[in-house]
Amino acid sequence: MPYALAAVVLSLSFGVLAREVGFSALGALVMSAVVFAGSAQFAAISIIATGGGIGAAIGAAALMNARFLPMGIALAPSLPGRPLQRAAQGQTVVDASWALANLGDGRFDRHFLFGASAVQYVAWVGGTAIGAFGGDALGDPRDLGLDAIFPAFFLALLLPEMRDARSRAVALAGALIALALVPVVPPGVPVLAASAAALVGLRRRHARETGARA
Amino acid sequence: MKGELWALIAGCAAVTFAIKAAGPVTLGGRDLPPRFSSVIVLMAPALLAAFVVTQALADGEHLHVGADTAGVAAAGIAVWRGWSVLPAIVVAVAVTAGLRALA
Repeated sequence: MPYALAAVVLSLSFGVLAREVGFSALGALVMSAVVFAGSAQFAAISIIATGGGIGAAIGAAALMNARFLPMGIALAPSLPGRPLQRAAQGQTVVDASWALANLGDGRFDRHFLFGASAVQYVAWVGGTAIGAFGGDALGDPRDLGLDAIFPAFFLALLLPEMRDARSRAVALAGALIALALVPVVPPGVPVLAASAAALVGLRRRHARETGARA
Repeated sequence: MKGELWALIAGCAAVTFAIKAAGPVTLGGRDLPPRFSSVIVLMAPALLAAFVVTQALADGEHLHVGADTAGVAAAGIAVWRGWSVLPAIVVAVAVTAGLRALA
């Protein structure tokens, strides 16, 4: 499974870089085991790495996880049981398993989802352990260029998101907001402020609906 | 490890749990208002772009261009040319480490 290989490599670098910002090896491992959301973990660590506070880091992780809201809603009709059972089953969602379990007609194969997520979980926690406990053997992460991993990963996720003009405009606005604020506000805040660029989603869509009605 | 980092782990676990549970528990079978979904969809490009520039073009509270800037740009070109994520990240690491070794 190529997704499991990707999870090992990414979580390995998470383990190394978490150590770099002050996590103990155990702390990095616990974070991967209980959070199990790669881009949110990367986001939180990135905020800490740039000198930001805990609140900003949790805020960034929450915003990065916002996509799980529509993903969970799409999945909801395919999950049986009482609310608590559905909440527990909802925890298994990660990007790759959600996409693979999507049957394409509005339904999801939940057993496939659980299986794919279990593989991802083992790969994610295992990779973190290798990076967190074995990272010292690698040497200085900066000399190895490992600090380029997070931004390169985020850029690789960003480019496919920029298919239409509106997404490109929002990405540009987010980047400009963040860069403009870097010298003037505490670290971590620029990224949170950049999320305000997404609010054009309210206005533009409304204008289009009004236009359609006219 | 400082206590505040454990608080960070607990906070991240709590928000992730809440967001993943929200859809299946409370909104099952119903659609979000389209304007709300539209904001959530656009959250990704806004945040991702902000993360890229604050890490590749800044160093803490200062704007800063360095070897990592070139490495990340190289990865961007690779993805744009159709490479998948992992090889592109390897390019970013190799270019960054190579430039630092030369410097």
